[in-house]
Amino acid sequence: MTGAPIIVLDRVSKNFGDVRAVEELSLTINEGEFITFLGPSGCGKSTALKMIAGLMPLTAGTITISAPTSDAEHDLGFVFQEPTLMPWASVFDNVYLPLRLADIGLGEATPRVREALREVGLTRFAEAYPRELSGGMKMRVSIARALVTRPRILLMDEPFAALDEMTRSKLNDDLVKLSDDHGLTVVFVTHSVFESVYLSTRVIVMAARPGRLVADTPLAAPWPRKEEYRTSLEFSTEARRISETLKGTLDVDDIDH
Amino acid sequence: MSTISTTDRTTDPDMDTGAPVNTGHLLRARRERMLSWVMPITLLVIAICLWEFLVWYNQVPKYLIPAPSLIAETLVRDFASLMASSWFTVRLTFLSLALAIVGGVLLGALFALSRPVELSLFPFAVILQVTPVVAIAPLILIYVDSTFAALLICAWIVAFFPILTNTVIGLRSADHNLRDLFAMYRASPWQRLRYLLVPSALPYFMAALRVAGGLALIGAVVAEFVAGTAGQHTGLASRIIESSFRSEIPRMFAALLLVSALGIVIFLLTSWVSHRVLGHWHESEIRREH
Ligand SMILES: Nc1ncnc2c1ncn2[C@@H]1O[C@H](COP(=O)(O)OP(=O)(O)OP(=O)(O)O)[C@@H](O)[C@H]1O
Ligand SMILES: [Mg+2]
Repeated sequence: MTGAPIIVLDRVSKNFGDVRAVEELSLTINEGEFITFLGPSGCGKSTALKMIAGLMPLTAGTITISAPTSDAEHDLGFVFQEPTLMPWASVFDNVYLPLRLADIGLGEATPRVREALREVGLTRFAEAYPRELSGGMKMRVSIARALVTRPRILLMDEPFAALDEMTRSKLNDDLVKLSDDHGLTVVFVTHSVFESVYLSTRVIVMAARPGRLVADTPLAAPWPRKEEYRTSLEFSTEARRISETLKGTLDVDDIDH
Repeated sequence: MSTISTTDRTTDPDMDTGAPVNTGHLLRARRERMLSWVMPITLLVIAICLWEFLVWYNQVPKYLIPAPSLIAETLVRDFASLMASSWFTVRLTFLSLALAIVGGVLLGALFALSRPVELSLFPFAVILQVTPVVAIAPLILIYVDSTFAALLICAWIVAFFPILTNTVIGLRSADHNLRDLFAMYRASPWQRLRYLLVPSALPYFMAALRVAGGLALIGAVVAEFVAGTAGQHTGLASRIIESSFRSEIPRMFAALLLVSALGIVIFLLTSWVSHRVLGHWHESEIRREH
């Protein structure tokens, strides 16, 4: 299932003034893996993700993303915690944006935008505006926009944190299916132990002050995950194991208030 | 066709809300729209009738308060000359507004692009703004040969500032995540301007346009007052002064009426433009459904 290294972080550090947001993070992510970054608030999860996306300069270290084998216009798709849609543009135009920025004309782009919308189940809402959509639907638009360039890597920063439990599990299932269909490599940031155990093939637990890696735990359950996995014994055992590691990160650090 | 739409519907619990189709609501909206016209107009007609009646009943002399009918009569009698004055003021107002938009947007864009430019020029813009235009107008009238140009400068100074500040704020207001997204997809500066910065700035610009429209008229009227009846072709405000010198009160009222009408037209026009541009997405222009 997993292949050659696709993202390699080598002793990556990031300072914001005196704050050491990420310290000496080394990590190799292989093609086809579904990785989650799990950890308390402020441990540098978003910072690490943004550095991988090239949105933030590193203080030290290197990040290498292997050269693409396909001729995709763009290697990365990014999904933010908020849907981050343009309120003045229709759903179609929002999803069209990455292609438009790559100077791809409407004729060539339209079938691809429609396909991306179909994949997230929003075919009928192409002409709607973001304000007419529910939170879950907005998130779907955001995912469609990230997928429309056919990236190899999908980076997601707590994408479902603001959604209700039911919508969240639905979107989790759809995400598993999408990433499996496209053979995506996914880096997914979350606060939720259950989400990380359900979704990923490997959980990276991080601690704060300074932000660092404390545990790198592969999950053995067969991938793609099925609905039944959520209620299985294996799931709760894994969840407990991850929770224990996570607890360690909290005890040491968060007593300063 | 049905296969696609049914699978779609079952993929997401969100989607059961369906598309917004609601006829009762449309009717209500139309009635509300009509009311918003009918009510003020009815009230206006009643007020005019009352005015007419009170003037007639109390036999108020026309050099104090002329009856509406007399004002209307004056309007018709002096139609040609009043229209010439109106045209003067209209040209002055709209030209100064147009120049304020051009200047405000260009300078605003420059400010938004370059912090040093903003820091060095902004104080001057503020000085220009806080000094009352009535106080500068006499100087401008002395230094600038053409009366029209001098008046134009005065009106421009007043209308320019809100456009400038709001353009700067607007261009800086783009969502930072969207900025990141544009950076990630390697948008060119032009694409960023066109697809992100300008749309984000539009609500701010439209708010400024509404304010500046009113201010351009105020600036024009104030400048005309200061200039008095100096020029050969004069606007509505100079007609008001001129009539007051000659105690032609009905003509004063007629000119005043035209100034107000011009203000209303500007208000409606800028509101309409704002609605056309923002109506489909921005909160300020969207009617909430209950
Ligand atoms: N732009 C910035 N300027 C200054 N400090 C920052 C900036 N971004 C993050 N930080 C700091 O870096 C640390 C890590 O922040 P980061 O946002 O990566 O945490 P996080 O793990 O994503 O937290 P959360 O789960 O709350 O989103 C925090 O202490 C934060 O205060
Ligand atoms: Mg974060």
